[in-house]
Formats: sequence, C-alpha cells, structure tokens
Amino acid sequence: MKTENITHFEELDAEHELQMPAVLGHEHAPAPASTRRMTLNMGPQHPSTHGVLRIMLELEGETIISARPDIGFLHTGIEKECEGKHYHQVTPLTDRVDYLANLSNNLCYALAVEKLLQIEIPPLAQWMRVMLVELTRLNSHLVWLGTHALDLGGMSAYFYCFREREEILKIFEMFSGQRMMTSYIRIGGLALEPPRGWDKAVSKFIGTFDSKIDEYETLLTANPIWMQRTKGVGVVPLDELIAVGVTGPMLRAAGLTIDARKDTPYSSYDKFNFEVPTYTTGDVFARFKVRVDEMRQSTSIVRQAVAGMPEGDWKADAPHVVLPDREKMKTQMESLIYHFKIVTEGFRVPPGEVYQVVESPRGELAYYVVSDGTAKPHRVFMRTPSFGNLQSLSVMLEGRLIADSIASLGSMDFVLGDVDR
Amino acid sequence: MLPEVLSDHPAAAAVEQQFPSAILEAKSALGEVTLVIDPAVIADVCSFLKIHLGFDRLSSVTCVDWWPQVPRFEVVYHLQSIKSNTLLRLKVRVGEGVEVDSVTGVWRGANWYEREVFDLYGITFRNHPNLERILMPADWEGHPMRKDFPIHGYRYSYRDE
Repeated sequence: MKTENITHFEELDAEHELQMPAVLGHEHAPAPASTRRMTLNMGPQHPSTHGVLRIMLELEGETIISARPDIGFLHTGIEKECEGKHYHQVTPLTDRVDYLANLSNNLCYALAVEKLLQIEIPPLAQWMRVMLVELTRLNSHLVWLGTHALDLGGMSAYFYCFREREEILKIFEMFSGQRMMTSYIRIGGLALEPPRGWDKAVSKFIGTFDSKIDEYETLLTANPIWMQRTKGVGVVPLDELIAVGVTGPMLRAAGLTIDARKDTPYSSYDKFNFEVPTYTTGDVFARFKVRVDEMRQSTSIVRQAVAGMPEGDWKADAPHVVLPDREKMKTQMESLIYHFKIVTEGFRVPPGEVYQVVESPRGELAYYVVSDGTAKPHRVFMRTPSFGNLQSLSVMLEGRLIADSIASLGSMDFVLGDVDR
Repeated sequence: MLPEVLSDHPAAAAVEQQFPSAILEAKSALGEVTLVIDPAVIADVCSFLKIHLGFDRLSSVTCVDWWPQVPRFEVVYHLQSIKSNTLLRLKVRVGEGVEVDSVTGVWRGANWYEREVFDLYGITFRNHPNLERILMPADWEGHPMRKDFPIHGYRYSYRDE
C-alpha cells in the first residue's frame, strides 16, 4: 500500500516535471530557472479590458507564455432577436451592437436593406449620413484615445478627450433626441428632419476641433514616457495580421492601405476628398498615430459635408417603406394607410442576400442580410470588426512582457458589445 | 455548370476548370457572386482560391438555417482579395449531423468564426484545432440560433415564478 502511494507521488512529480517549461531565452525578461509558471486570470472585470473580457494568462516571471481570451460575457443574442422583428424594428438593435459606433451600425444595416429593396436615397440624406458617421468616428476615437492614455498613466488626455466628446454627443442629441443610441439612420433615409441650425452647431464644433487634436498631440506624441510605453510594443507582422482576420486601423498601422470608404465607396463617399493614413512600423505608437490622423481626415470630411450639403429631401420616395410625414397623415388618407401598414405588418423585402461592408471606426463592419420575401429578415449576421481584431490577441501578447499587455490591448480598440453581440 | 453571366468571372471560371464538378450552383445577384460548393471539396477550393486567385483574406464564416428544408444548413464564407478588391461568397449546404471540413488550415482567422457556427448552429468542423463553444456558456444545451430553438429558450419560463 505504502509503496504504491510513493510511486504514485513520484509519477505525479514526474508529470509535473514534464509540464514545467524549458526556460525560454526571451530577450526582454529571461526568467530565472527556478521560476514556475503562474496562471493569471485577467478580467472579466479588469479595467483595461474596457468591458467584460477574460484573458487567461500563463506567465513565466514577467513574460506571457500563453494568452487565451474568453469571450461571450456580453452575448445578448441580438442576431437571434433580429429574426423575430420587422425590418424597421431591427434598427434600434444595431445601435446596441457597438455602442461607440452606433451610427456606423445603423448605416451598414440600412444600406444592406436598401440594396435588397433597390431604393434610391436622396443626396441630402447620403451626405448627412456621411457627416454623422464621421462624427461617430471622432466620438469613438476620442473615447479610445482618452481611455488608452488613462491605461498608460496619462490622465489629462482623458479629460481633454471627453470634453470634446461631450460636444459631439450634444450634436447627436440635437439631431435625434438621443446622445448614444440614436437610431437616426433609418431604412430609406433619416429618422427625422435635420434640426434647424444644425449647420451652425456642427461648424462651431468642427471649427475648433483641429486645434484640439493639436492639444492631444502636444500631450502625447512627443512625450518621452508615452513613446517608451508604445514604441516597438505589440508589433505583429502584416501577413500574420491579415491571416488572423484583423482589419481597420491596425492593418493601416502595419502598412496596408485598406479602407472600405475608398475601396468600395458607399453613401457618396467618392464625392469627398480625404486620405487614408498609413504607417509602417505596426506598433502601438503607429496605431495611435493612425487614429489621430484619421481624426484630422474625419474633421475635413465633416467640414466638406457642411460646406457642400446638397438641397433636397431627407428620405427616399418609397411610401411603402418610409414612414410618412406626421402632417400628411392628418390630411391624406394614403399616408395614414401606409403608416398603419408599415407599423403593424412592416414591409416585404424581395428574396435575396446582401453582404454590405462599411468602414467603422474599428475596421471592416459588414452586415449579411438574408431575406426570404417576408416582412422579417431570415438572417442578419453582423461581421463586427472587434471580433476579428480580438483574434490577434494571442499573437500580440505571447512572448511579450505583461506590462506591455495593457498597451497592446488598448491599441486594439475593441468594444466588447461588438465582440459578443 | 456556370451560368452565362459568370463564365468570364475569373475566380468562378478557374474553380470550374480546376474542380469540374465542385460548383453545384452559381449566381450573380445585386452585384455579388455566390458559388455553392460541394461540401467534400470546400477546403481544397478555398486553398486553391487563396493560393492561385489571391483571396488572401477571409472576411467571415457564418451559417443560415433553412429549417424545415432539407438540407437545412448553409455555411456561408465571404472571401476578399485585397489586391483585386473583390468579394466572393462561397456556400456549402449540409444537413444535420454532417461534418464540414474546417478552413482554419487556409486562413487562421476562420478559427473563431467556425467556433461561433458550432456554438450557435451545432455544425461540427473536421480538423478544427479547438472546437469549443465561444459565445454561450460551456454547459449550455442546444444551439440557440437554430430556427427551431425558441427565442426565450427552453429553460426559463415565466410560469415557474
């Protein structure tokens, strides 16, 4: 009995020895031979994960040996819910997918359904959409920049960024009555007529915004601490990034000029003059520079939109799809009938499928809408950029220092609602 | 057989030439090209498209449930070629309990998308490195995105309160 036990322990010990790693000769942090592996559970409530993301880290000293993300804490079944709703009723759900880029999601869904319906959107609505989506990009990048700097110890940038973000949210509130979940871009145009004086409000904000970006750059770009924390950190080769499905600013920071606004222009983006900022180093600093430069480009697009806003209607001439004006409903029988029919039974969409790609602040956002000819979508699949980008987490963290993981995670700019849907 | 519209589509024509019986159906609608591929050769077709036609990026893998039709599932792949800036949709039609070859060997990024399809639709992928649930809890029963799965689930009902 006794001997059995002893052999048993020896076996366990032998197994344990096998599991012990050969010490990796890592250039950053050579772990002493006596170090044992430690499993560290980062999250799901870790502040720098910006949501509920759990990462199981295996550490050897200060070096990360393996990083396994565990997602799904925010899975709300939005795609399932879409299948039980009329096409118009899906729009508010798309807001909740990526709560920092809600208008991008509205736009992508609206474009997909409009393509299935084959309806023409008037120029004013298209330009208004572009303007609002670019303001969304500024909003999202400001939240990212503020929190990313906060994670790395730069507290003042946070206050600066949220000061300007507040102004953008006020503009959204002016347009739609909501600060975040706007649902302002609807199938067939916009939800409401653009408010009186919108151009003054937007011009006032955008007039000073360039100098505000300069302020952020003064705080961070040449700051030696910021450079030390970000330069040369989190580098992944470009082909590896493409292989794991990364899109957006992370690819552009690694040297690939890819942007759906240029490659497959939608909503009259081809009428705007802008550049796609690209860097080649592919580190956290390059991702920061790409996003800051994108803010400058977005500012320019918004300015062009305000200056060249076409005249015309703000919703399409498609009475069976677009809700009629309130005033017309009081005087015209047809409008009342259409209103009743759209609200009670929705509208039928011809059978077919569409994969609509737009460039969200985080990368390639695509909605795959399948219609079976009824008033409810058969399937709405959301190809969200954060889900694809988060797959690069393991390659970005493994073999690096744990202190750098915060910088790398922040530079990915994921939104967990966007990952889990 | 390829329809007339697609006979000079480079990717469709090349696949037709390389794998003569692989394309079961092909169509071009709303400016998007769809090829329905024989499930037996999906991984080979994907690797051919990646190596010879430059579809270096996999945008997404998803599934559509056409229950009660037979076969009920359509696994949908969206491929993108960065160089020629084109999008291609591949489909595989499978019934319940049929395995599909994983394309993780072609694009590593397929990993999480196939796990999601496994999790929400219950389709198993052969040769997948880590086929586990990804969005739902590990002990969840059933596959919630199936059309015969009720929207409020099986476990919880208001009558129990």
